[in-house]
Amino acid sequence: MALYSEKVMDHFKNPRNVGVIEDADGVGEVGNAKCGDIMKIYIKVKDGIVTDAKFETFGCGSAIASSSMATEMIKGHPLTEALSLTNKAVVEALDGLPAHKIHCSVLAEEAIKSAILDYYTRNNLPYDESVFKKIGCAHEHDGE
Amino acid sequence: MNVYADNAATAKMRPAALRTYAETAEKYFGNPSSLHSDGQRAAEELSRCRAKTAELLGCSPREIIFTSGGSEADNQAIVAAAIAGEKKGKKHIVSTAFEHHAVLHVLDRLKERGFEITLLPVGERGIVRAEQVRNAVRDDTCLVTVMFANNEIGTIQPVAEIGAVCREKKIPFHTDAVQAVGHVPVDVNALNADMLSLSAHKFGGPRGVGALVSKLPVRPLIEGGAQERGRRAGTENLPAIVAMTTALELSVAEMTEADAKIRAMRDKLIAGLKAVPHCALNGDEKSRLSGNVSFCFEGIEGESLLLLLDEAGIRASSGSACTSGSLDPSHVLLAIGRPHEVAHGSLRLTLSADNTQEEIDYMLKEIPRVVQYLRDMSPVWRDLQSGKRNYVL
Ligand SMILES: Cc1ncc(COP(=O)(O)O)c(C=O)c1O
Ligand SMILES: [Zn+2]
Repeated sequence: MALYSEKVMDHFKNPRNVGVIEDADGVGEVGNAKCGDIMKIYIKVKDGIVTDAKFETFGCGSAIASSSMATEMIKGHPLTEALSLTNKAVVEALDGLPAHKIHCSVLAEEAIKSAILDYYTRNNLPYDESVFKKIGCAHEHDGE
Repeated sequence: MNVYADNAATAKMRPAALRTYAETAEKYFGNPSSLHSDGQRAAEELSRCRAKTAELLGCSPREIIFTSGGSEADNQAIVAAAIAGEKKGKKHIVSTAFEHHAVLHVLDRLKERGFEITLLPVGERGIVRAEQVRNAVRDDTCLVTVMFANNEIGTIQPVAEIGAVCREKKIPFHTDAVQAVGHVPVDVNALNADMLSLSAHKFGGPRGVGALVSKLPVRPLIEGGAQERGRRAGTENLPAIVAMTTALELSVAEMTEADAKIRAMRDKLIAGLKAVPHCALNGDEKSRLSGNVSFCFEGIEGESLLLLLDEAGIRASSGSACTSGSLDPSHVLLAIGRPHEVAHGSLRLTLSADNTQEEIDYMLKEIPRVVQYLRDMSPVWRDLQSGKRNYVL
């Protein structure tokens, strides 16, 4: 289908880093089943480096592709870099997403932030609260 | 293997219809409104189609208005009834919660203009009862519009019974029969319908052509020339009308045989898919179109399911939010009480007589595989399995 770029289709059909890290150092879950998208990201951290990242996603093709790409983009990188990963960077790396799918990349960014926040909290590390803007489903639903 | 299982979206054109389409475009190039012989030959062909279509639907030729399809027919029927009602101070319309958007969005517009709209609930089975219509109509009701068969879940409504209630109460009754015509016997008189919409591309005709059958005078939606007895302006799309007529003739002639074949394939598909854990058939199993299979699979999302099935050669559709381009899943699935999170995981397979047993077997192998693959990467499925979240299905 021409709905998605080849990059998106590649990451959707052959997603990288699917799965669970049982002894994860941080876990972040964002989204809402009601909205049709939930992303859960697991990270391992050593000496300030994200040594491993895995994801589980309930969602559309672009949600799966965004999770796959986002985990690729933080793996092996310092936490500080992972923390500054933007949804825009994920969209660019995927060669674009249709306008109504941009929220999938936002979820990926938020899932990573949420996993890092979990890591900081677990380890009683100081962090800048302003980096963690409100995470979660912000839109309205009709018919509820 | 490639399997086309999206016939409710649009069916492949019948080869005979395609042939008559091309022949008509070539041979009957005249404008039916022209007085010269080329025009008159086209006019005769048009009137042959009108008579044939009327015969196949059990109505009179003058009751047929050829349109650009189902959406236009629905729009015209509702707008015409609303305007006629408004003149008499009647501004109440009764319909159902799971109509096609070609009906619901028109009703939304009318609501903005002061009409009161009652959308009847359709219950878990996806069937509205005539009794509900009886209880909903009032002295100021100017129209009842209830679809013949639902396009997503295939459930067939008790249209004749509803029509009888409307007759008794002297309220105009319209039925959107787009999914029914060419698939189940449709006799406008037996249905007690005053107006009925149909669309050619759902039964092997071309896209962009359909008809509104109306026993009532209706005003045009498209103003201009005096075509269609002044009820629909615009030079008639004769090749499409001829092709639609050919498709309808063949669909009606082959209906009994095709129905038995499609039904058998459908039942096998339904039985096979029910074996997938935590899934459910949407809509009543008995009162449904013989080609419709609609399921919800818990723990996964419909668009990713469709894309992976497409990779496997299976062309299907879904009522998930992502496939509708909105944030909410299909209003039809919500209307039958599926919670949002379950409605996102829907799959619709709609069969035709062109499908084969081998294709059914192939789908029964591929669909459970793809569902499992997606469940294996779904955090929702993990939570369901671990008991952190409760199964709905
Ligand atoms: C029940 C129903 N009504 C109306 C329509 C609209 O028909 P058309 O595509 O010919 O405008 C469709 C098909 O999409 C339908 O399934
Ligand atoms: Zn939401």
